Amino acid sequence: MPEARTDSYRGAVRDALALAMRADANVILMGEDIGEAGGVFKQTEGLFAEFGAARVIDTPISESGAFGIAVGAAMTGLRPVFEVMFGDFITLVMDQLVNQAAKVHYMSAGAMRAPLVLRTAVGIGASLGPQHSQSLHAWAAHVPGLKVVLPADPADAKGLMMAAIDDDNPVVFIEDRNLYTLKGPVPEGPYRVPFGQAAVKRPGRDLSVIATGRMVSIALAAAERAAAQGIEAEIVDPRTLVPLDVATLVRSVQKTGRALVVDGGARAFGAGAEIAATLAEEAFDWLDAPVRRLGAADLPVPFNANLESLILPDARGLAQAMIALVRG
Amino acid sequence: MNAAAATPAQPEAEAAPYLALLGQMMRIRAFEEQARRLFASGQVPGLLHLCSGQEAMAVGVCSALRPTDVIASNHRGHGHCLAKGADPARLMAEILGCASGYGLGRGGSMHVFDPANGNIGTNGIVGGGIPLAAGAALSAQRRGTDGVAAGFFGDGALNQGLLFEVLNMAAIWRLPVLFVCENNGYGEFTAIETVTAGKSMIARGQVFDIPAEHVDGMDVLAVRAAAERAVARARAGEGPSFIVGTTYRYGGHHAGDAQDYKDKVEAEAWQKKDPIPRLARHLIERGLASAAHIDALGKEVEAAIEEAVKAAKAAAPPTASDLVRHLYA
Repeated sequence: MPEARTDSYRGAVRDALALAMRADANVILMGEDIGEAGGVFKQTEGLFAEFGAARVIDTPISESGAFGIAVGAAMTGLRPVFEVMFGDFITLVMDQLVNQAAKVHYMSAGAMRAPLVLRTAVGIGASLGPQHSQSLHAWAAHVPGLKVVLPADPADAKGLMMAAIDDDNPVVFIEDRNLYTLKGPVPEGPYRVPFGQAAVKRPGRDLSVIATGRMVSIALAAAERAAAQGIEAEIVDPRTLVPLDVATLVRSVQKTGRALVVDGGARAFGAGAEIAATLAEEAFDWLDAPVRRLGAADLPVPFNANLESLILPDARGLAQAMIALVRG
Repeated sequence: MNAAAATPAQPEAEAAPYLALLGQMMRIRAFEEQARRLFASGQVPGLLHLCSGQEAMAVGVCSALRPTDVIASNHRGHGHCLAKGADPARLMAEILGCASGYGLGRGGSMHVFDPANGNIGTNGIVGGGIPLAAGAALSAQRRGTDGVAAGFFGDGALNQGLLFEVLNMAAIWRLPVLFVCENNGYGEFTAIETVTAGKSMIARGQVFDIPAEHVDGMDVLAVRAAAERAVARARAGEGPSFIVGTTYRYGGHHAGDAQDYKDKVEAEAWQKKDPIPRLARHLIERGLASAAHIDALGKEVEAAIEEAVKAAKAAAPPTASDLVRHLYA
């Protein structure tokens, strides 16, 4: 790994985009306000100046049509990175994503492919209200033919974005707005974090906490609280939901005998449910307790900050769940 | 190039491009007739949408395109596939669900991809191919080729919001794309008039300042001329075009459709405008081909399609191991 410097999650993704665009003229960006404006969350700042309007394309507010155009471009030689401004708005591109992009390679028996990245930002906690706060990654993970990536820290964000752009399949890349200012060591230059390789973000002996996306940071903070009570949690970040590194998850549970799954999407029928079910099937013999699952409340995310703060488990609640799972 | 403008000394040479159009339309008709029969005898699984009657649209537009140009088709797409160069044996094999089909028999009639001939797919979603065609045009434009794309859709797609989004972007980005609406009068089982507001279909392109024209979709020469104008504009960097061809589907929405919603007199009137005898008459009147020559062409084409169908029927089904292939690239 090359030398690392400190960068933010947002800067790391932007760095990955710039490196990929310099390396391959077929990589283009599409999205709303991503050009001169640099993105509503400044995710593409500076890229318009470097690569110009031909490759950093401001679309009208026409998610369905614009993403459909990106799919057609991907099928014919370009590698678009398409930004859906809020994760909630993937509802507007679902036909192009699910019925077109996800199935092209299969239906054409490998004769065609749709190498594109749909990047979008989710995140609870900014009083954005019920239509700007959802985490719908489980929808994408439910569709065979898509890959789904949830980077949890700056180094992964850069390496996973570079891998996503290299990938010949449609990739849904979920960023969390709450992480944009998170800083961490980020290796210089191009590198890839391979899909399907979970990372143990904190080793521990007493229980395995499988956490996704932003929940990794919260789980790491919770683990410190639990450690103060003598409970050592192992934090495992799948990094990609599809493909899912079941082997690493199972290995962790074999060591600890307990599993707590924490995902930021609505709990019912969510990514956490899939992971919990997989562990129940694959690691049952090593489990000393039922798999526990935490997630967002099964509610619209409310506007009022006090109510909104009740939607996701925080570090304190998560630490309590860790301790309870170990002490029984 | 407009075939009518070419006046070589040899009559055979002058006739050749017309006979190619005629043969191509006959080929599609023969293919669809075979497909209809196979469906009627229970050999075609699922749904089958035939384009008999609409051949002039597919042939007229595709004859104005280069092999490297791209088309995106719709659910009624066999004609588009064949006009763009598809192998009829592989196409029929896909329709029958056989392993020698374009998608190993896993796509079927509504999901045929033939990128070697610039065909990025028939499509099961009404209007679904429209953004894909525009995307192919964006790709050609940004990669600096002079490639052009054409998206085929029916009158039913005129009422999909997606169309308006894509027309707008094609116009602002001056994409080299042809939007080709085949107005056969019905969206599934519903007459277009009952679900469509506005006096003019081409107004839907004009509102975005896209050059738009109506064309007689039963006249392959008129369709080709319109497509040639549009392709020339697209290659010259002048952006998209919108073409609405008036045509008719003889077989209804899908094979086996009893068409109770249609007036018999209406169907007979359209049969009189059939694009195949119409071009044949034109060639005979102009002394470019004899009736005997045209007859022979028809027989030759039918025999070739019969051979292709025979090959498709003899093809093996996919195996269980084909089920899981190609999920990811």
